[in-house]
Amino acid sequence: MAATLEWLKHPGLQHFLIVGGILFALGLYAVLTRKNGIMVLMGVELILNAANINFIAFSRYSARALDGQMFALFVIVLAAAEVAIALAIVLNIFQNFNTINIDEIDKLKE
Amino acid sequence: MDLYTIIFYVFVVMTLFAAGVVVFTRHIVRAAFALLFAFFGVAGLYVFLLADFLAVAQLLIYIGGILVLILFGVMLTSRQLNVDVKTGTIHIFPAVIAVAAIAGTLIGIILSYDWTEVKAPATVETTAQQLGEMLLSEYVLPFEITSVVLMVALVGAVMIARRDNKQIRMK
Repeated sequence: MAATLEWLKHPGLQHFLIVGGILFALGLYAVLTRKNGIMVLMGVELILNAANINFIAFSRYSARALDGQMFALFVIVLAAAEVAIALAIVLNIFQNFNTINIDEIDKLKE
Repeated sequence: MDLYTIIFYVFVVMTLFAAGVVVFTRHIVRAAFALLFAFFGVAGLYVFLLADFLAVAQLLIYIGGILVLILFGVMLTSRQLNVDVKTGTIHIFPAVIAVAAIAGTLIGIILSYDWTEVKAPATVETTAQQLGEMLLSEYVLPFEITSVVLMVALVGAVMIARRDNKQIRMK
């Protein structure tokens, strides 16, 4: 118990990795269970943020190289591109099917 | 318990609680606004990891860009007449098992491994200049490719989302 308290008092690499792990699990849960396409996208964003926390944590607690931060920067840029494309697809699906519940969309063609 | 640790836990709790709201609420607009706080908390964690430029980039791109796009998506795809912004869930049971297994494995591995850590540097310099120099030296090819990817993605998004392609072409 005392060891746990002592561990909690000094935030280090493990703390950030655990936050990233929990965030990843929450995002995965949203991706797996949500019906709404936009909620699935939000889960993907949470997963990308979890990966970024890991990248930057390793960048900070390794030999002070900035490569991890560089990867995180590319992840942020690609997340922006991803969400733009995905929302365009979601809007198109909504026009064609009048719903974005991904369990009701089971046709490849109108 | 010093101030550094307290603020760290404030950001951690804020991030995880907001992420929990995003995942478990049934109200999609509430989920979108909770996502704002989750992104903000992650930006705070970036500051703790000495990544000042990325924290600002997170605020600008995620909260200023991606979140606004998501809100646009929510507004454009919820039926306006019968305000139906609730969102259901499917196969919760297998998802809970899979997610619990993955989270347990991850946290177990993280806790059991003996990480060697580098101590914090005595003087903390800003990272923007170093990142800029790296972007134009070792990372110049990924940087250029990313710009092309962004342009293709944005043009593609406009092409996909445009209404009634045929009618526009007829005119």
